[in-house]
Amino acid sequence: MSKNESKGRELLFSILKYNPRDPESKPAFVEYRLTETPGMTLFIALNKIRDSLDADLSFDFVCRAGICGSCGMVINGKPLLACRTLTADYADGKIQIMPMPAFELIKDLSVNTGKWMEAMSKRVESWIHSNEVHDITKLEEPIDPDVADETFELDRCIECGLCVTSCGTALMRPNFVGPAGLNRVARFQMDPHDKRTDADFYELVGDDDGIFGCMSLLACEDHCPKHLPLQEKIAYMRRKLVAQR
Amino acid sequence: MKITYCDALVIGGGLAGLRAAVATQKRGLNTIVLSLVPVKRSHSAAAQGGMQASLGNAKMSQGDNEDVHFMDTVKGSDWGCDQDVARMFVNTAPKAIRELSNWGVPWTRVRKGPHEAVINAERTTIVEDDEAHGLITSRDFGGTKKWRTCYTADATGHTMLFGVANEAMKQEVDIRDRKEVLSLIHEDNVCHGAVVRDLITGELEGYVAKGTLIATGGYGRLYQTTTNAVICEGTGQAAALETGVATLGNMEAVQFHPTPIVPSGILLTEGCRGDGGVLRDVDGYRFMPDYEPEKKDLASRDVVSRRMMEHIRNGKGVPSDFGDHLWLDISILGREHIEKNLRDVQEIAQQFNGIDPADEGAAGWLPVRPAQHYSMGGIRTKPTGESQKLSGLFSCGEAACWDMHGFNRLGGNSVSETVVSGMIVGNYFAHYCEDHEMTISTKAVHDAILKQEHYIEEILSRTEGEDIFPIKKRMQKIMDDNVGIFRNGDSLQSAVDELQELLVRSKKAIVKSKTKAGNPELEEAYRVPRMLKLALCVAYGGLLRTESRGAHYREDYLKRDDANWLKRTLTAWPDDTATLPEVSYEELDIMKMEIPPAFRGYGAKGMTIENPLSQKRQEEVDAVREKLEAEGKDRYEIQAALMDYALPLNYKEKNERLGVGYE
Ligand SMILES: Cc1cc2nc3c(=O)[nH]c(=O)nc-3n(C[C@H](O)[C@H](O)[C@H](O)COP(=O)(O)OP(=O)(O)OC[C@H]3O[C@@H](n4cnc5c(N)ncnc54)[C@H](O)[C@@H]3O)c2cc1C
Ligand code: SF4
Ligand code: FES
Repeated sequence: MSKNESKGRELLFSILKYNPRDPESKPAFVEYRLTETPGMTLFIALNKIRDSLDADLSFDFVCRAGICGSCGMVINGKPLLACRTLTADYADGKIQIMPMPAFELIKDLSVNTGKWMEAMSKRVESWIHSNEVHDITKLEEPIDPDVADETFELDRCIECGLCVTSCGTALMRPNFVGPAGLNRVARFQMDPHDKRTDADFYELVGDDDGIFGCMSLLACEDHCPKHLPLQEKIAYMRRKLVAQR
Repeated sequence: MKITYCDALVIGGGLAGLRAAVATQKRGLNTIVLSLVPVKRSHSAAAQGGMQASLGNAKMSQGDNEDVHFMDTVKGSDWGCDQDVARMFVNTAPKAIRELSNWGVPWTRVRKGPHEAVINAERTTIVEDDEAHGLITSRDFGGTKKWRTCYTADATGHTMLFGVANEAMKQEVDIRDRKEVLSLIHEDNVCHGAVVRDLITGELEGYVAKGTLIATGGYGRLYQTTTNAVICEGTGQAAALETGVATLGNMEAVQFHPTPIVPSGILLTEGCRGDGGVLRDVDGYRFMPDYEPEKKDLASRDVVSRRMMEHIRNGKGVPSDFGDHLWLDISILGREHIEKNLRDVQEIAQQFNGIDPADEGAAGWLPVRPAQHYSMGGIRTKPTGESQKLSGLFSCGEAACWDMHGFNRLGGNSVSETVVSGMIVGNYFAHYCEDHEMTISTKAVHDAILKQEHYIEEILSRTEGEDIFPIKKRMQKIMDDNVGIFRNGDSLQSAVDELQELLVRSKKAIVKSKTKAGNPELEEAYRVPRMLKLALCVAYGGLLRTESRGAHYREDYLKRDDANWLKRTLTAWPDDTATLPEVSYEELDIMKMEIPPAFRGYGAKGMTIENPLSQKRQEEVDAVREKLEAEGKDRYEIQAALMDYALPLNYKEKNERLGVGYE
């Protein structure tokens, strides 16, 4: 059966609502019933709920195409991008949605992943470090095509935070730079434009809030919607940086 | 009242806004960027296929240069663009991409030796030169003479946006997200900043600056089916319009992309066809060569979209629950190519439709139908990016109409425009901020904030009225049905009538929750009337423009009318209680064009109402060219003689190319 053919069922949503800015609000699951339409995603379903059942329900979507990383939520216990999640995948029609832990809750399903990712980016100095001066009227510096491809692979992280939510260390240690942060370090380490040395990276993440905090539980990689090789890269960075101790 | 002061205020943190912010911050101006969402989630992230820049590194792009890129852009625009601006753009694009490379954008590189490609549905072997190894490569895109579109697989916008955002962070630009601009602060035709709502706390704040720049992207969400992100609601253009002073340009110029997937409307990049994919109909037949024998599946976007709809009207669509559609076949490119260069496309098809496009034959075909995609219209500016009417207000990127796309933009020219205009306009903007002081009184700022505060209170105080969501949906439906790919006088008139009525009703809609913070319905209630004003600019501008040009296609006026319509539509909204914009026009001066209007190369000849000046100017251009060529002048000198233009910094300098140097 094509994914677009399921329809007509009644779906039961159970959504955790809470507004931390309202002193009277208490976290509670609220139930909504919706009729399933063909090809329904959680983007469509949540908007239907907001348009017709509860105008006060907060959530975040931007691209609705699995590209921008805005819509991480915990759906029936699993961290997923809601816009890419089809209701048809839930055989019993029961869908429970909670906001992602590890991030500051804004309201209901909306969490401040942006703030977390900004802090991470600043911590690992997520930009090219180089003293070279380039003349942009001249030919660009040639880069080995394989190296460019590999840098691109690691650059595909969309900062959705699903790996952080699934990470045991990140939940216990709020300052842990997280799988996304370690991947970012690996990305700049790979990039020939960035002149930082292993010693420089060690300065940034050579501690238990960094590369040595990872307990190798693997959940991050399982949940990464971009299928980044997080495990392999974290192990690789750890081997490199251990040598700096 | 919370008021923040800065030198340069940038509204919008997509590619255009961030690049402009880097320009001002680097000159030592204290710069603040405001964005609805974390900036790396801006809609620029969704661009897949690539960025046009005439580097000429890859085999199929050799011989490319600024002149070829310029010609493609002008033709693509159906002669609606400002040719000065198009020239500024093509000369800066190679510099822009090289700068991005230094900022870490991992452009896909040329690999020396043979590789396979699919051209016109046939497998071909291309051999890349040894000297080009490791330089930035490019792919084919619609409406271009050379393979000019540079890319990072099919996640080009994402890598570009992260590259520019990282650079902005490095320069310590003050970036603030979940902030929405509601209105501009202005006095005596000078802009001084903006009134901003914090989307977390609901609090209103004033931002006062020496100069303000709007880079808020397009207005695709005026339509029901669109490839645009949900935040592309045009609220930046609306803020400019509601000053009553600034004007919007060519709002009726709206692009429809040929291949969004059905039913979600998520885009499948033009790179699919650029890399050799083809369109098929209900019989599996490749129909585009019948309509456009030369460019086939890679004709300009407006042309392909219309041909597809025409083919569906001819009964060749594939019936489905979601209406008729056609097929996009990329399976012929082979699994290896798809899994490397079109991976996001594959992921989208698998996730949303359960189809693996690499599966051979019909099993891998993807259902597609044209939908709204790009806003050529926007805040009308001079070539420097400053509003023609409201000084101190600048705009760049998709939000602006400076106007390099005219009535149709070429694929790959938009992300390119965002960074190029960020560089150029960002620089002129910086100069403005350096030359001006903050002169506005505190009282005027307070009044501007209070006006928005009262407006929000008034909305919350309404006790009887209708819901806002159905009004928004109705607007989007009207735009799809009556202001879409095919337009005519009757449908446009009925759109204008009903949109006016919706505008009146939208101002009385009620909001059920009365809280000021975290109240999504309240946000709709203040946004929808603004969106309706824009929708009216689009529909009314389209009704008045009795010709067909680029993406604006009138079934009752099939010809491009250079005699009467070689002009830009300007809309303003001076009277807040009015339900229609004030419309005026700005002539395009043929006698100053480097390439006077001519046949665009699609469909039958004779579909133009000629302007006598076109021929006159052509003769002039030919004479100048002939004379200077005889004198041994090079292409730069000839260009300068035909249409000189200015650029800041070193952007006017020549661009080096492999094999030809600076020739
Ligand atoms: C699916 C898709 C694919 C595309 N692919 C390509 C491609 O391959 N090649 C190409 O050249 N072009 C492509 N385009 C077009 C191109 O991506 C866009 O035109 C371009 O990225 C727009 O960039 P921008 O910086 O102008 O605006 P955006 O990236 O849209 O950024 C707008 C910014 O403004 C902010 N904002 C908006 N309103 C407000 C407000 N009221 N207050 C405060 N902030 C506000 C937003 O938060 C955001 O930060 C594509 C477009 C789509 C839809
Ligand atoms: S590494 Fe993967 S899961 Fe983690 S933030 Fe990036 S894209 Fe999301
Ligand atoms: S909304 Fe962009 S990833 Fe889900």
